[in-house]
Amino acid sequence: MKSSILMIASAVLTALFSTTLRADVAVFATVPEWGALAKEIGGDKVTVYNATHGLQDPHRIDARPSLIAQARRAQLVVATGAELEVGWLPVVLRESGNGRIQLGQPGYLEAARQVVLREVPPVLDRAHGDIHAAGNPHIQTDPRNYLKVGEALAGRLAEIDPANQAHYRAGYSNFAGRWRSAIGRWEREAAGLRGVPVLVQHQAFPYLCDWLGLKEVGSLEAKPGVEPTRSHLAELLARQGGQPAKMVIRAAYQADGPSRWFSQRAGIPAVALPFTVGGTPAAGDLFSLFDQTVQRLVEANR
Amino acid sequence: MTLRFPLRPWGLALAAAVSPALAAAPAELAEIKAQIEQLKAAYEQRIAALEGRLAQAEARAGSADVAARSAQSDGKTAQATGAAASSGSRAGLATAFNPEVSLILQGQYKQMKNLPERGITGFWPAAGHTHDGGDADKRGFSLGHTELVLAANVDPYWRGQAILALVDSEVEVEEAWFQATGLGDGMGLKGGRFRSSIGYLNEQHPHQWDFADAPLAYAALFGKEGSYTQDGLQFKWVAPTETFLELGAEVGRGQKFPGSERNKNGSGAGAVFAHVGGDVGVAQSWRAGVAYLRTSTRGREAEIRDVGGLEGQGMFSGQAATWLADFVWKWAPNGNPKYENFKFQGEYFQRREKGSLACADENASGNACNGLADSYRRRQSGGYVQGVYQLTPQWRAGYRYDRLASGSPHIGASLAPRLDFASAVLDRYHPTRHSLMGDYSWSEYSRLRLQFAWDKSMPGVTDRQITLQYIVSLGAHGAHKF
Repeated sequence: MKSSILMIASAVLTALFSTTLRADVAVFATVPEWGALAKEIGGDKVTVYNATHGLQDPHRIDARPSLIAQARRAQLVVATGAELEVGWLPVVLRESGNGRIQLGQPGYLEAARQVVLREVPPVLDRAHGDIHAAGNPHIQTDPRNYLKVGEALAGRLAEIDPANQAHYRAGYSNFAGRWRSAIGRWEREAAGLRGVPVLVQHQAFPYLCDWLGLKEVGSLEAKPGVEPTRSHLAELLARQGGQPAKMVIRAAYQADGPSRWFSQRAGIPAVALPFTVGGTPAAGDLFSLFDQTVQRLVEANR
Repeated sequence: MTLRFPLRPWGLALAAAVSPALAAAPAELAEIKAQIEQLKAAYEQRIAALEGRLAQAEARAGSADVAARSAQSDGKTAQATGAAASSGSRAGLATAFNPEVSLILQGQYKQMKNLPERGITGFWPAAGHTHDGGDADKRGFSLGHTELVLAANVDPYWRGQAILALVDSEVEVEEAWFQATGLGDGMGLKGGRFRSSIGYLNEQHPHQWDFADAPLAYAALFGKEGSYTQDGLQFKWVAPTETFLELGAEVGRGQKFPGSERNKNGSGAGAVFAHVGGDVGVAQSWRAGVAYLRTSTRGREAEIRDVGGLEGQGMFSGQAATWLADFVWKWAPNGNPKYENFKFQGEYFQRREKGSLACADENASGNACNGLADSYRRRQSGGYVQGVYQLTPQWRAGYRYDRLASGSPHIGASLAPRLDFASAVLDRYHPTRHSLMGDYSWSEYSRLRLQFAWDKSMPGVTDRQITLQYIVSLGAHGAHKF
């Protein structure tokens, strides 16, 4: 018993001494895009931890101990919300013992609350699949949403770290300026995509389709979150005759099987979009994320 | 209600976009035009959005806390949505349910031998722990626990949760606790009835298990329900380190097996635990823990036989000290467990019981040990290891190996010679079990499982068990621990 007390005491001491004192605002982003946005706005005044990387489905990860340890030290959690992280974030927040980042505190920000959500289900019934009551959470595929989320994020950073208020405001307007002109450029490059019919593997792209004017004509998943079935794929294939889609798109973290299967049989390109920062090696930051998204779509449309 | 439209930022942006146009080249003009178009689109979208939000706000209530916090960019002009959420029906959001409600339905078909005195030889049965011998012990079709889960934030400081198990003509309060949400500095406080944080599996409810039944170790330690529940308080602390480190302590009434009901002030059970965990690269994660549980019991009953083979009642009173060690390791390619993942877990326990054993001749059959009592001391151990592999989003397969060591009881000289040490609870035996399972999940909410087990919980019997089990959940999307 005595030795075990000693063991625990030494563990506590080690834990205390390995804590480094940081002046930066520690940001815990559930997905890389909000991490990248926080970095764009906060620059060297923030340290960012991303709970997921570009090849992870943020809906399906576990509430890992490492995430709890990171949340324990965070000053600001930036989540997507709209139930995207519902399977793990509530546990991580509760288990962290960190009062600053709980729901309703300045240290908890939901991006989906800043924008208008699409596909808000008229009927809440899981017979329709894994639908999200608040609406489709994949808001990060429309670059215009970053302006609203960024504005809120800058406000929160200023609230948490008032000494650097001006820095965050300036960081945001600098980003917003560059971002707006980039949006103009992407829209010009993607002008030819307007009205192009596309199939999606998962209903992850309503915001992208709305932005670029792509016409979503179907989803390989018959119901959201339920893996594509052969019969549904065959049905979509039969529809290609009358209402042909020009490409089938998926997020990089989704299995490529269903869209490859369809692409081979229908003779249309299968396009893997980075979906978030780090989804493909070239999508290293927010700007290159959309550079590559637009580029891949335009190439597939040729 | 008032909806304030934030014109200012857009006006500024518009001015910023237009002013350089005075001296711009044609190429720049085109870009500026595009920007204005984009602003116009955004503007229209925003109006449409506000209209949509107005319609939504009128149609729903609740979730005012979150909405109020973040509906507006600076969090201070949030009265609009907060006020909007005060009337109307609840038809809207599942997340607006206050409290979150979910219902777990489980049931099974089980085929196994008909053993009248089914138990784990060498271990005292947890009397009164199950309902009519326990769901897991029913042959043929049977309904498992129907679990009703209610949870919500109470206010900005507390959260509450209740899990009620509905069984025929009975509602059992499995858990009902409050938890502090805002203590800060890594501190956590929980009170009420809760599953103790000792071990790994202990906190998980049966619907989260990877097998149809609890490991033998948990059944031997805490009874067929496979969990130690405290009626008391838990305090824990998460260290501010990169490697996850959590320390905690619990005090409780201690009425659950291996303890017993008491009529005393103070606490009847205490536990301490420590967990560490982390990631190795992106694909692997782990957690390890140690825990110590101390309980006391008065009058724990079991059938024992005397040297002549006559049945009598054994009663143990004393202390049980249990050490538990647990380890979990998970692997998923790229850290993305949806399509493929593997989970290994193992737990080991050692329990020392010390006290006195009394013998009574209940049937007045002339039992040789009647009325005698003497010291009783025993060290028992056991554990399990299991691996579960998910090969597609729907299919999983797993194997589990259970092994226990009952140890020999050391009984005082006045009683020992009168007893038959082959009595089920006094016998020295190594129960083992092999279990193989495969399960299919249509979605995150429904699962069907087939399990084969070769159970040698009793000497001389190999019980080949087949279980077909379903687990479905309705309502709020649950969030589970690691």
